Amino acid sequence: MNLRLILTYVILAAASLASLYPALWILLSSFKTGTSLYSETLLPQGLTLDHYRELLSGRKYDYLLWFRNTLKVAVFSTLFGTFLTLLGSYAVARFRFVGRRYGLMGLLVLNMFPGFMSMIAIYVFLLQLNLLNSHWALILVYSSGSFLSNVFVAKGFYDTIPRSLDEAARIDGATNWQIFTRIMIPLSKPMLTYVSLVIFNGAWVDFIFAKLILRTGDKTTLAIGLYDMVSRFNSTDFTIFAAGAVLLAVPVMILFIWLQRFLVDGLTAGAAKG
Amino acid sequence: MNWNRSTKAAALSALWMGAGQLYNRQYMKGLTLTAVGAAAVSWGAAGLIRRLHGLITLGTAPRQMVKTGNQFRMTDGDHSIFLMIDGLIALMILLLLAGLYVFSIRDAKRQACRTERGERLETFRESLLALGGRHFPYLILALPLIAALFLSVLPLLFSILLAFTDFAAPNLPPAKLVNWVGLQNFTNLISLRSWSRTFFGVFGWTVIWTLLSTVTTYFGGMVLAVLIHQPDVKFKALWRTLLVIPFALPNLVSLLIFRNLLNNQFGPVNQTLRLLGLEGLPWLTDPFWAKVTVLAVNMWIGVPLSMILISGVLTTIPRDLYEAATVDGASAWQRFSGITLPLVLFTTAPILIMQFAGNFNNFNVIFLLTEGNPAISDYQYAGGTDLLVTWLYKLTLNNRQYNMAAVIGILIFIIVASLSIINYRRSRSYREEEMSA
Repeated sequence: MNLRLILTYVILAAASLASLYPALWILLSSFKTGTSLYSETLLPQGLTLDHYRELLSGRKYDYLLWFRNTLKVAVFSTLFGTFLTLLGSYAVARFRFVGRRYGLMGLLVLNMFPGFMSMIAIYVFLLQLNLLNSHWALILVYSSGSFLSNVFVAKGFYDTIPRSLDEAARIDGATNWQIFTRIMIPLSKPMLTYVSLVIFNGAWVDFIFAKLILRTGDKTTLAIGLYDMVSRFNSTDFTIFAAGAVLLAVPVMILFIWLQRFLVDGLTAGAAKG
Repeated sequence: MNWNRSTKAAALSALWMGAGQLYNRQYMKGLTLTAVGAAAVSWGAAGLIRRLHGLITLGTAPRQMVKTGNQFRMTDGDHSIFLMIDGLIALMILLLLAGLYVFSIRDAKRQACRTERGERLETFRESLLALGGRHFPYLILALPLIAALFLSVLPLLFSILLAFTDFAAPNLPPAKLVNWVGLQNFTNLISLRSWSRTFFGVFGWTVIWTLLSTVTTYFGGMVLAVLIHQPDVKFKALWRTLLVIPFALPNLVSLLIFRNLLNNQFGPVNQTLRLLGLEGLPWLTDPFWAKVTVLAVNMWIGVPLSMILISGVLTTIPRDLYEAATVDGASAWQRFSGITLPLVLFTTAPILIMQFAGNFNNFNVIFLLTEGNPAISDYQYAGGTDLLVTWLYKLTLNNRQYNMAAVIGILIFIIVASLSIINYRRSRSYREEEMSA
């Protein structure tokens, strides 16, 4: 074995260790007795499920309520967002109509504003109108935002479906509506899966917008709940936080590892095709 | 002038929406459009002028105490922000109506032309059916467009307008009126010492952060990808899986973990260092070290994605290129710098620009890790690691400096838009778009 190869393995091992360490640390902390985030030994002495029990019992933190709130927001945002993306991207990809070019340009420009600049305007509206602290406001914001950020990826997908397909169907007498619902939507399944998973994941862990709009404890989502748990000045429940983080992260990680292929495809497709 | 049928129909529709259609004997369509026209006129007469006036003045009557009898009572003054939103909505409805108006004129003319050519008139049923045919794209676009219009465009216009007002604490409605101040906020940002010091400080750090964070994650990912890609390295899949874990862990969780790991007093990192007899570092509380920390943590989060992307590119480079180079006596470094690097850079350039723009606005890493802190004494509402985008957030949420936040938003837009335009013009879809449209 030569020096180059040894060095390679050393670097890869060090990088892998660095990658794993925080994840392992939070996993071990969640099973550790006590509340401290430091232990003298690498492996904790006492293992316990108390922190998970504590979280799910809801004595100190309303974890289950946060979970329900997050699920509600994420599910409805995914439904609306995917629906809007489907309609909008299909229209701009498959049809040539008056105003299309300007519409596309407008969408691009909208995407260039800092994501939450319109969000902050919505916050000012809602604040003035006393409508802050509503899940539905959050859902509307997520769905319209996800339409804007996904429409080009979805358009890129439709651009790859050959036109001869709808032309043939049209010759056979299919209406636009039939082509859309019977041919295009079934063909779009991979894209729709990708888009809806991205939207769901975004809503599941989003912190910024939720923090902006949701104000009271009964509306809190998982992201805000976890953030508040450790960012308060005198917070000491690190092991409970660890358990909460594990519960939040595991589904997302599974989703991500499964999604990884689509995600990279989507990114490269987005880069190459706009 | 020769007044043929189509000119007459168009002129009638121009006079009153739907009149041309009635003239064409398309009664259902004509009546519908006439009714819409009447509704529009009555809506316009009722409040259009008042609403647009409100948008221009932002209110004239402040809230004040009025003596009625021998009691003082607070009157409700004008609420500038409501007036502004009302005015904007009125403007948007006006634009939509103008579109419908133009449509009705063109439609009247087109239908009259058909009669002139001796063709049969389109029945109302057929007009409706055209929604599923010729007008299908408009039909399915309606919903996404309305959502974008009211949840993105309108708020955006509103926040752009805010940049030209004095809407900031303590000058807040309904107690006070908001006024237009022109470019005052922009000049204040540059010339007022308290603002300009913060602005240039934050802007400078934002640029440094953007450059360093993009370059470090990109080349970090490239090093790992190239190392794994070497033909004689074993367990390729295992290394990739291990190294991709930070990418799969949600940002929110990993950043909060790092925030705890690196805590000065209780953090395991410093406690371990102390155990080894070392001082420990002020990871998140010293302006310089906090900057180093956010860059390092960002690398931890960002390297895996670059690694995956570049690995993908590496597999597409033909083996014989390297073999030819080896035959010609090129060293490993020469092969890397002469073949791998240019090819990878060329392929990933658009992604690199996208990441650049993304890092410029990387809210999560900064806010979840440091909240923009540590505080810096002569900064206006900003800390040592604040980017423009987190400063904007703090100005809005914590300090209610809405007008300045809007100014910064516009500046961010200008920078990101320039980057995106460069990127878009390079991309293939733009060129294809040029050809097909």
